Amino acid sequence: MKRVQFNSALLPYLFVLPQMAIIVIFFYWPSAQAIRSSFFLEDPFGFGETFVGFDNYVDALTSSYYLQVARFTVIFTIIVTFLSLTLGLLLASKADDVIRGSSSYKTLLISVYAIAPPVAGLLGMMFFDQHIGPFVKMASWFGWDMKVGINYFDTTFAMITVAVWKQIPYNFIFFLSGLQSIPVSVREAAAIDNRSRLGRFWTVTLPLLAPTAFFLLIINMTYSLFDTFGIIDVIVKDKAANNPITLVYKVYMDGFRGNDIGGSAAQSVILMIIVLALTFFQFRFIERRVHYN
Amino acid sequence: MHRTKLIDHIILLFGVFFMIGPVFVAFMTSTHTAIDVHINGLQVSWGGDFVATYKELLTRKGGFTGEVTGARMVMNSFILGVGFAVGKIVLSMLAAYGLVYFRSRFSTLFFWMIFTTLLLPLEVRILPSYDVMTKLGLINTYTGLIVPLLASATGTFFFRQFFKSVPDELLEAARIDGAGPFKFFIDILVPLSKTMIAAIFIIMFVYGWNQYLWPMIMTNDESFYTLVRGIKQILLVWVGSQIPEYNQAFALAVLAMLPPVLMVVIFQSWFIKGLTESDK
Repeated sequence: MKRVQFNSALLPYLFVLPQMAIIVIFFYWPSAQAIRSSFFLEDPFGFGETFVGFDNYVDALTSSYYLQVARFTVIFTIIVTFLSLTLGLLLASKADDVIRGSSSYKTLLISVYAIAPPVAGLLGMMFFDQHIGPFVKMASWFGWDMKVGINYFDTTFAMITVAVWKQIPYNFIFFLSGLQSIPVSVREAAAIDNRSRLGRFWTVTLPLLAPTAFFLLIINMTYSLFDTFGIIDVIVKDKAANNPITLVYKVYMDGFRGNDIGGSAAQSVILMIIVLALTFFQFRFIERRVHYN
Repeated sequence: MHRTKLIDHIILLFGVFFMIGPVFVAFMTSTHTAIDVHINGLQVSWGGDFVATYKELLTRKGGFTGEVTGARMVMNSFILGVGFAVGKIVLSMLAAYGLVYFRSRFSTLFFWMIFTTLLLPLEVRILPSYDVMTKLGLINTYTGLIVPLLASATGTFFFRQFFKSVPDELLEAARIDGAGPFKFFIDILVPLSKTMIAAIFIIMFVYGWNQYLWPMIMTNDESFYTLVRGIKQILLVWVGSQIPEYNQAFALAVLAMLPPVLMVVIFQSWFIKGLTESDK
């Protein structure tokens, strides 16, 4: 905190009040309500509710469909995170190496960051379209009869491709700024010690990038869990049957399409716990990092 | 040495091709007629139908969007983007000022209450949030569209960090000159934060413009549809019609990505500054 401050009994509250009001009304109230309704069975037409304890949780966690969605979410998250991190890092390290044209590469690669996930999903849908999609034609050269939206695996493939495409620029920006903050003296010393570029990358660059990479790991996991909603919604087009969906999408489907308020709330709370665990992990790590600097 | 550099460029060019290619094809395809696209697939050349396609998308009522024109959606997207960015900056600057520059008993409590909001994204409490909005009568209003999205503390933390780095001497000098809390805030702190404000504005504008789930749930009156929200409408017609209006779908995608992409490309350095400092 600051050494010099104003002394006023009322003013600090006045400044914090607008933010607090919005947080209480639009964050704490709905969050509390989510936790509350996860313990109730609500009539979809609004005629009363029954307290059911942990039944909604038990129902969710023992349902084979829920577990299938959870499994897909984990696989999806791992693949998207891995691919967008490695491709982002590859492009960043190349952009860091080249001198000529590096700013044009940078601008072109960053621009995709600003595209909304559902817009990316729409583009993906058209590129994977049965009739006009070039990717479908390309796949057929290899004898792959791609049917996005009908075939489970093909839809997964399309979702992952679009989600990775959308996320690469974000990782690129952070890796590039991480790489550029490595001091020249360190690079020169490394160049003397190790002649091979790949060897230098593994022994010197990567360890120095580890904090950035760890931070990005958490960010990418949250991205795959939540921000891909738009991509999935566009590709699945409200027809979840036989299509891969993530846990967040199931919360939405059960709540708004299925009117299962208690069940949807219980799933929300499970997700909240997952995010809290992830964030706690990140927070611990970032706190440790502060000592490094 | 020369050969490895060539490989670097090839990898980068391939990356650029993979990243930008779809956007380029989308734009080019949108300048062809729907029948042309239907027969010949996606296009990489100029189709000459640019004006016709975009004019129809912007001005036609009805069609796949029902009652709302594209121009209206552009306006709504701007209202959401700018409204969200401005709201975020005002709220979080005030809150950060209150937290950093005043001694008060509850500041630790406030800090933690604000911090908690960083943990849970809107998506996980989407149904109860909708419920709250119904109770407050905010469905199909710009307030309902913008204000609940403000209930997260990213901006507050960013400004808090920044204010803490402002030297104490500045406040001491200002107080000697007789400046009160309001005068210090408006005359010294706000001008000092200009570049930070710009950086945050760009990030928040892009974030607001790109919202999808919340507008989808909050607005069923078509006159409140944003461009990104309009995509859902396109898809509904996609399946039904004889020849899908590929050109219009691509044109809508182009319209929906143009403003945020331009913003990020033009103000690249501010954008990166804001991004790398607010998230870390």
